[in-house]
Formats: sequence, C-alpha cells, structure tokens
Amino acid sequence: MQKLNLKLVIFLAALILGVGFSMPSFLQTKAGAKISLGLDLQGGLHMLLGVQTDEALRSKIKSIASSINYYSKKEDILIDKLRSSDESVSFELLDGDDEPKIESMLKEIKGLAIHKDGLKYTINLTDEEKVATVEYAISQAVETIRNRLDQFGLAEPTVAKQGGGNILVELPGIKSQADEQRARELIAKAAHLQLMALDEKRQDRVYELSEAEASSYGDIIYPDVKNPNRKYLLQAIPVLDGAMLTDARVAFSQQNNQPVINFTLNSEGARIFGDFTGSNVGKHLAIVLDGKVYSAPVINERIGGGSGQISGGFSVDEAHDVAIALRSGALLAPVKMLERRSIGPSLGAESIQKSLIALCGAMFLVMVFMVLYYGVSGIFANIALIANIFIIISVMAFFGATLTLPGMAGVVLTIGMAVDANVIINERIRELLREGASIKQAIARGYEHAMTAIIDANFTTFITVAVLYAYGTGPIKGFAVTMSIGILASMLTAILGTRGIFDYFLPRIEKSANTSFWFGYKRSK
Amino acid sequence: MQIFSKSKVYDFMRIRYASLTLSAVLFVGSLFLIATKGLNYGIDFAGGTLIQVKYNTPAPLEKIRQALAKDDVFKGALVTEFGSNEEVVIRFSGSSSNLSQDVGEAVASLLKETGEPEIRRVDIVGPKVGNELREKGAMALIISFIAVLFYIAWRFEWRFALATIAAEIHDIVITIGAISLFDIDVNLDTLAAVLTVLGYSLNDTIIIFDRIRSGIKDSKSTDITTIINESVSATLSRTLLTSGTTMMTVLVLFFFGGDMIHGFSFVLMVGILAGTISSIYIASPFLIWFKFNVDKFRASEAAKIKAKKERERERAMYEKGVV
Repeated sequence: MQKLNLKLVIFLAALILGVGFSMPSFLQTKAGAKISLGLDLQGGLHMLLGVQTDEALRSKIKSIASSINYYSKKEDILIDKLRSSDESVSFELLDGDDEPKIESMLKEIKGLAIHKDGLKYTINLTDEEKVATVEYAISQAVETIRNRLDQFGLAEPTVAKQGGGNILVELPGIKSQADEQRARELIAKAAHLQLMALDEKRQDRVYELSEAEASSYGDIIYPDVKNPNRKYLLQAIPVLDGAMLTDARVAFSQQNNQPVINFTLNSEGARIFGDFTGSNVGKHLAIVLDGKVYSAPVINERIGGGSGQISGGFSVDEAHDVAIALRSGALLAPVKMLERRSIGPSLGAESIQKSLIALCGAMFLVMVFMVLYYGVSGIFANIALIANIFIIISVMAFFGATLTLPGMAGVVLTIGMAVDANVIINERIRELLREGASIKQAIARGYEHAMTAIIDANFTTFITVAVLYAYGTGPIKGFAVTMSIGILASMLTAILGTRGIFDYFLPRIEKSANTSFWFGYKRSK
Repeated sequence: MQIFSKSKVYDFMRIRYASLTLSAVLFVGSLFLIATKGLNYGIDFAGGTLIQVKYNTPAPLEKIRQALAKDDVFKGALVTEFGSNEEVVIRFSGSSSNLSQDVGEAVASLLKETGEPEIRRVDIVGPKVGNELREKGAMALIISFIAVLFYIAWRFEWRFALATIAAEIHDIVITIGAISLFDIDVNLDTLAAVLTVLGYSLNDTIIIFDRIRSGIKDSKSTDITTIINESVSATLSRTLLTSGTTMMTVLVLFFFGGDMIHGFSFVLMVGILAGTISSIYIASPFLIWFKFNVDKFRASEAAKIKAKKERERERAMYEKGVV
C-alpha cells in the first residue's frame, strides 16, 4: 500500500480551486468574485483631487462671525465693527456690562483663541482646532463627493482618501465626453448656499464701489447669475449658511413651469430664518449659490417652517445636479484637480488584446523550451506553470484586486521567472544523477538542496515587491500585487506541486531508468 | 538536452579584471550620461498634459501642429507619432487644475479640421504630484536596499550583503544609463520596470551566493576564488536558462505587448542582461575584495551549529528537570 501522496493532493486541490475561482473572471459570469480591470484596461476616468484646506479655515471663521452676529442681536448686545478676515474675527463691545454675557457665549464655541484689548476682541482658531477643521474638511469632501457620484448613477465609482489631503476618484465605464464633463462639474460644484442680507443703505452705490471699499463697510459684492453686469452689495456675514440645509428637491414653478429647487432647513436654520425674516420685512434677502446671486426677493412677511426656493433659469439637468450637490452637502473646501487620466474604451480593449497575445506567446515559448530541455520533467514544470497562472488569477479575483496594464506585464514576467524554481531543482537533480546518486535519492536531495536557494531568492524579491506596494501608487501597486501573488504561487507549485508529481511517478521512473526521457539528461553508466 | 558540461569548472575569476573594467566603463558612462544628458521625465514625474489621438488615416502631423498653434494654451506642444502613423501623442508642460475645464474637448474642437480624430487618452498631472511621485520612487529604492541588506546579512554574512548591494547599484545605474541613452520616457511604468530589474537581479545573485555558501561548507578547497569558480560553473546552466526564459517573455512583451509597454519591456531587457552579468562578475569578485575568509566563515558556522546543539542539550536537560 502506497503512502498517501499529500503533496500531490494539496497541489491538485490548489489547481482545482484555482481553475474554479478563475472561471468567473475568464467567462465574465454574473456570479462569483472576478478580477476587476484597471481603468487603463477598461477605460474610464481617474482623478486625484487636492482639497483646498485654506478655504475650509476661511469658511469656519466666517461661520463663527455669523454666530456672533446672530447671538449678539438676539441678546441685544451692542457690538460694532464686526469684521472677519482670513484668519480672525474682530469686533468691539460697546457696553462693558455685556462682557460676561458675550464671553460665556464665546466659551460655548469650541477651539477659539480669544485676545482682548480693552473692549476690542480678536478671535482666532487654536492650532488643534485648525488641524481638526482641515481633517474634517477632507473627510467631509470624500463623503460629499461619494454621495454626489452615487446619486449621479454611475457604476461603481471609487472615492478614497489618499495621503496628504488628497482624494482619489475613479469612474470606470464613462463612455462619452459629455458624461465625463457632467461628472467633473458635479464634483467641482461647491454647492455653497448662503442667504444674505442686502446692504439697503449703500446698494445704490454698488457700481461705484471697489471690492476693498465694500469690505471696509463689512460688505461684499456678488454678481447676478443670469446677468453678470448686475451687481448686489451684500452684508459679508451671511444670515444663514448651507450647512443648515437638510433637503433639496427639484420642482417646477407654477408661474412659468421652469425648474426650481426647493430647500428645507434644519430646526436651528428655520429659527434663524424665521427671526430674520420677521424683523426685516420690506427688505431684500439674497439667495446666493457659489458666489452668485440667484434671486433677491423682498421679504413680505415672517417665513416660518424653514423652507425656501431657488429659482433662476436652470435647465432640468442643471437643476437636478444642483439639487444633488445641495443635498449631499456643500464642499467645506473647494477641490482642485492634481491629476487626471482618462482612457477611452477602445484603447483599453486594445491593451487587453495585446497583453493577452503577449501572455499566450510567452507561455507557449517557455513551455516548448522546457520540454525540449528537460524532457518529462519539463512537462511537470509546465503543469506547475499553468497551475500558477490559474492560482494568480483566482487569488486576485478573491481579493478583488485590480488588474492593470503593468499588472498584466507582471503576469507575463512571472511566467518567465516561475520556471526558475523548477530549473534550479532540475539542475540539482541532474547534478546528483551525474554524481551517481540513485533516482530516488537524486529527486529527494535535489529538492532539499534547491530549497534554501529558492526560499532566499524568492524572499528577497518579495521584500522589494512589498516595498513597492507600500510606496507605489496606482499602476505600480497593481504590478506589486500581481508579482507578489506570482512569487507565492510559484513557490507553492514548484516546491509542492512538482515534488508531488515526481513522487507519484517515482516507481515508473525507477523502472524505466531512461534518464534522458525523464530528465533530459543522459546518464553515463 | 544540455548546454554545459557539468563536471567542468570554468575559470570565471581569471578574467574578472577585464570584465570589471568593462562594467566600470559602463557604470561611469551611465553616470556621465545621467549627469549630462539627464533623464527624459514623462508627465508622471515632470507634470504636464498628454493627449493621445487616433485617426483612421495616417495622422497629418503638420496640420495638427498648425491647428494647435491657434490656441495659446497649446503653443509649444510636442506632437509625435505613437506606435503607428495613425496615432499621435500631443504633449505640453501646462496642466490645468480646474475641474470643470476639459482639455480633451478643447483639443478635439481644434483638431476637427484635420480629419476624424478620436481622443483616446488624456493624462494631466500637476507639478506637485510629480514631485511626490519622484520622492516616493527614490524612497522605495532606498528602503528596499536597506531591507535586503539586513535580510542577506542575517541569512548569509555581511560581506555577502554588501556585495549584493554593489551588484544592485551596478545594475540599476546601467539600466538608468540605458534609459537616458535611448531617451525612454521616465514614467510610472518605467519605474516599475527598474524595480523589477532590481528584484530579478537580486534573485540571480542570491542563487549564486547560495551555491557559494554551500560550496564553502562542502568544497575541498579553502580558496575563495576556487570556490567561486566551482559555484558559478555549477549554477551556470540555471543562470542562463532562467535569463533565457525571462528574456524570451520580455521579447514577446516588447514585440507584441503594444506601445503602452514598449518602454517597460525595453528597460527589462537591458536590466536582465546587466543583472545576469553582475551576479557573476560584480557580486562574486566583491566577495574576494572584501577579503572573505573561508576558514573564519567555517569556524563561525561551526560555532553556530555548536551553539544550537548546546541550546538543544540545555532544553533537553530542562525538560527532563535536571537543572
């Protein structure tokens, strides 16, 4: 009774699993884990976005100014010269008796560094608060962009944070340039909604004022969305900020059937909105989106309930995208494009085809050579090689790894290198045969001798590949993944697989004693 | 089939000065090229914009240049054929960070009059990203050197580690020299190829070193030069076979893999050649130069075995409860 050939069993199991799990990738079936193709192979849009974190800090300062403005009015604290710059908010308290009141209010806002000079306050963010604000802006941007793209209706968009405050966006399967354009605009849209009060006293002079003069009054000039020549002079500190928005939907106006966007505010927003409209009847309230005034209606009465409308000549698609953007929240900080790669679907298909040709060609050449040189041992090595390819594909499919063009090259290269272990083993076996060892001994000791070399060599290669993975980006990472799986697979197939096969055939090899047939080496007797 | 007579020991080390001189010339020449001619950084590292356009007729290069010159943004753009005469690549150093602006569309509308252009690829890389990639690439190289150095020093001996690194530096410098000489674009794929060369050459060196290590233990000779000759001869057919099969696949990649991996496969070809030569003629002579002492190595190996036995003996005693 022959001992169970455990090595062969493990190898066959690996082979069967490998073939089984790589089938979905080959046949592109619906079920089962498949290798996902990189954008360079299937076409699509890849972008690296940088978050402009300075802007996040600036808008944080602005919102603090808004809070101080709202609170002081509500509590009848008289303040003057409330100004916000890029880094700080300053104001003067008119009545020293209000000091404790305003200070207890400031204490409620976290992360403020307050400097006091008599009754003149200057407020900065603490360093920790700056860091936290920047962090929050980045993760909020990731979340927001993901939400927007999800609602846009694309297949499997990837949005991920990358080191140094960058965001990676991948959109596979974008087919037309128009689609791409729309997706990019949707991402870029700040969707920063502000409700601002018109400076009623000075509005008539808006066309004479420079930006600097306006800001000296605490005002800002924004153009009209439809007519850029028409300008509004608005109080720079907004009444309300889009952060208090809970929902935005497209509707159609009853007067002219134009698309409009209805928005709803949260309870705090609704309260501020109600208070402001209640005490400013007869004045104008401007609805500002991303630095443009959409409308500036006169307030007729107190508006409770916290809902409003943006109208302003949208197209239906546009209104839809603006609503998506508003709903998924404003980008606290605008993003800019650091890197963009778009690959047309035809180029991707061509790349797949060419690398498949290379793969088959390389395999064929190597396999023929191995049989010529090593005889039947060469066939064993080829079986290991084929198993290797299946295992690489199935492991990649299992982990959902992405196959890129350099990754394909990595697979092709693995074929060249995968036979290395078998070459080392076969050379050792030949050597031992020459020294006069029996076939059984030659195989056993051949494997034993080859082992340290194979392990050391593969392990050092593995180290470099692991470093590549850690430091590489995009295609290099893909290459590192395929190479490392290839290295591990080739160790499994070469060390266990061919050994198992040799053991299985051992009785026959010993019986025939034709070493030239089995090992491609003629033993001189 | 077999190529080399197994029993024969070739005297590789006899011509080591000649081969070292050749390597030194290639090495210094490469350094000179890198310093004077420099590297042709593709947009991955230098930043800029690359647009690949395909026509269904031969691409009218002159017309394309004229059409592009109409817009200031594309002034000075480089227009070259890519792979076939139907395909062109347009390259310029500018890169827009504006998300809603589309360079591809702008180019498409400019090129309308030149035929039926299909925009197949648009790559835009900002300058900051390029810098970051370059730094990361250099970092990856240094860290993998250090990691490998430690691993080999632990598995072999420190002289083996230094000799390996010397061979690595040799291969990488010569490969980069070839990249400079043949004006190959340095992009992410090229970097991946250089690092593959590193892995391949390491593999090759380690296999020979492994044989030298076992030769030191088993050989009758105590002369390191003799042992190196014996070991390199014994591994010669393996070295050439593996280089051969790998080279075959790389050649297939080069000829049939498409233009996108042309540079990649060319770099690999140079690297495999350099790597094969260096494992024989750089790594091994360095062992001699570092004054590797066979007797000392044997003594230290023996001491290691003795120490291991001692530990086992102590454990056995402890387990039996004698101590």
